[in-house]
Amino acid sequence: MFQIEFDNQTPEHVVGIDLGTTNSLVAYMNLTRPEIIPGQDGDKLVPSVVSVSPDSEIIVGNRARRELIDHPERTIYSVKRLMGRGVADVQDELKLFPFRIAQGSESVIRVQLGEKTFTPPEISAFILRQLKKNAEAFLGAAVTKAVITVPAYFNDAQRQATRDAGRIAGLEVLRLVNEPTAAALAYGLDKRREGIVAVYDLGGGTFDISILRLHEGIFEVLATNGDTHLGGDDIDNRLLRIALEDIQSEWGEDLSRNGEAVQTLRRDVIRAKEELSFAPVASIVFAWHGRQYAREITRELFEDLIRDIVDRTLGPCRDCMQDANVTPEQIDEVVLVGGSTRIPLVRSAVEVLFRARPHTELNPDEVVALGAAVQAGILAGTVENQLLLDVTPLSLGIETYGGVVSKLVHRNSTIPASASESFTTGVDGQTNVLIHVLQGERELAKDCRSLARFDLKGIDPMPAGMARIEVRFLIDANGILNVTARDARTGKEQSIDIKPSYGLTDDQVEAMIEASIDHAEEDYQAAQVAQARVDADAILAATDKAKRGDAWFELSETERKAINDAINQLQLAYHADDHHVIRAKIDALNEATQKLAENIMNTAVQGALKGTKI
Amino acid sequence: MNSVCWNCGEGTASRFCEKCKALQAPSPDYFEFFEIPRKLTLDAKDLETRFYALSRQLHPDLFSRRSAREREYSLEATAILNDAYRTLRDPISRALYVLRLEGFEVGEQGTKDVPAELLEEVFELNMALEELEAGDDSVAPQLVEARQRFEDMRDELDRRLGDEFAAWDAAHKKDTLAAIRGLLNRRKYMTNLIAQANEATANVSDRV
Repeated sequence: MFQIEFDNQTPEHVVGIDLGTTNSLVAYMNLTRPEIIPGQDGDKLVPSVVSVSPDSEIIVGNRARRELIDHPERTIYSVKRLMGRGVADVQDELKLFPFRIAQGSESVIRVQLGEKTFTPPEISAFILRQLKKNAEAFLGAAVTKAVITVPAYFNDAQRQATRDAGRIAGLEVLRLVNEPTAAALAYGLDKRREGIVAVYDLGGGTFDISILRLHEGIFEVLATNGDTHLGGDDIDNRLLRIALEDIQSEWGEDLSRNGEAVQTLRRDVIRAKEELSFAPVASIVFAWHGRQYAREITRELFEDLIRDIVDRTLGPCRDCMQDANVTPEQIDEVVLVGGSTRIPLVRSAVEVLFRARPHTELNPDEVVALGAAVQAGILAGTVENQLLLDVTPLSLGIETYGGVVSKLVHRNSTIPASASESFTTGVDGQTNVLIHVLQGERELAKDCRSLARFDLKGIDPMPAGMARIEVRFLIDANGILNVTARDARTGKEQSIDIKPSYGLTDDQVEAMIEASIDHAEEDYQAAQVAQARVDADAILAATDKAKRGDAWFELSETERKAINDAINQLQLAYHADDHHVIRAKIDALNEATQKLAENIMNTAVQGALKGTKI
Repeated sequence: MNSVCWNCGEGTASRFCEKCKALQAPSPDYFEFFEIPRKLTLDAKDLETRFYALSRQLHPDLFSRRSAREREYSLEATAILNDAYRTLRDPISRALYVLRLEGFEVGEQGTKDVPAELLEEVFELNMALEELEAGDDSVAPQLVEARQRFEDMRDELDRRLGDEFAAWDAAHKKDTLAAIRGLLNRRKYMTNLIAQANEATANVSDRV
């Protein structure tokens, strides 16, 4: 490992990252304007696809997307759908997505990629690391701090998982920002708008609606709603199913279990879907081992197919307006975010519901990352007079008698928000109290999302009901819960043992940070070293053979010495675990043997010419 | 509030140290926090203006490059600011908060017992709800009527609460607060009835 010293004088860049279901982007503040940073291939969008090659190289983005077809069993897309979730939660997704969940996954899912397994935060970290690398190459400086966006409707576990992914990728996550809020920030910056704005965000896998009030640079979220499992993926799956059924009846073959076929077809239906946003009719064309399936789809048919998916976004919109206490007439502007808002049916549904023509000036794929960069600027102090006041999307509560949830912080409360609750013991001499914290709107604990169990330990033994432990629940500006407790009689801090219901413990994240630095890199290094040794063997053998021929003796003393030195150097480097060094010595030997190689060529040519005479 | 700054140990400190400008530990009293007198009636517009101004001073976004202690205080202070704004801008939650500050126990007690003058009304409502549950939608109009009566009663309670709020602000008498607590319990009971009636009528319209 070598370290690069960066100039301490230049202020450190804080980047904004949109870690999307389908695509991810990184942006930064270029003086006063947010700008997307392209990858080395020039693309601004980095497909959120990760592939692990047989020699353990981690491939991310466009290259990984190609692997999706060639090596579907080593490649994963839409991993965001698995973030912060347990195996029981994702049974529905497993029917539609080719996720290979490893045996023994319980509260934390492990995904099989080739020979290895990874948790969703680790896979997301590969994407983040790629974005970090792109930003460092572009800015010419180390990037260690980031703002990362999350769907507004993400719960605590999903937010924690995203923050863990950042940490594993070597990024200090200064803030998690809600995607629709970030989009509003990107729009509001150049417009200096006042009034009520609705942000409708239909991405690859998630849907969010947020209603904000803009007032003198303050972006105050009034209410948010959504569905963390609704997006363009669902539309793709609709088309995919139809095409698979068609193919089965035409060819008499069920391709739905063939990963390579499904991924190729998936690519082809997405192409048709995207075309339908601009053309009244498009074709799905799928070629497979010499056979071809083609089907025309009119926009009308397409709209009938997806109408119920689009309709599913309208309920949350109405609920959100009610919670924000605004009518459609009071909404001044509507902003569209996410690739799926390019679909004309989505646009017209939004227009009808809010009775306003939506804004589309900014690219819906880029606007979230741009907003994240603005928030990064706010945190870095380079953007002034702008302030985001966001809300928590779900109510926070604790389980009480009979499995009923007592709400402590209601949904749509401005964050940071807090609540205090006093707990006591129920049995004489009891020294600990277990608190079950949940998120959700339902009345019973079993219908809400379990966040964690907190064990208040080390309570002084005393008669039942005498102890008084004050527990403070604080939701920070990231929307993540922090819990502290103190003994109300002594004022002493009370120790708490946290058992997260889903997601990784701090120790696990730490271990992954270690492993990700060592392993991923190490595995890749090992493969590179092995390959370099193979090449070294080849050139050493070739040189050895050449030394026994006439050409060797046609060289000068100095030339022969140079070659022998280069052979020695390569043999010395051979057992070092650094492929760069081995490669350098191979190159040196190549250089030194150039004349020798020419001589051999000449001899061979002469031999061949003479050959007729012999 | 605090008297000595934790950071420089010199300046007399309120929200920020007068001398070194360091952010101080926040006051947990919502009225003190907003620097307004403890009153049951207040100017909503003024509260909003203060809320935005304080957000611009205290929000964690503005402290990300400051010391760990100031970041901690900023988080604490902003949580209190948001909790306080939520509590104070709604007259009912504001009154409940003042009752607690003034040493009154407020909770669910008293909100479950049927007030005497409502016995007949509540009996009829329960009958109607049972019939509805048994599938007899003909009682629906009766429910809508009942809801209207409860809403009228709630509005009447709100008028009386308004008077009592003004009375307490003027004289700060304990028995005014006792009266307010009684009215709030009654109101809570009323809003529960309205919610019940609403739910039942919503179910009917779903069925139709």
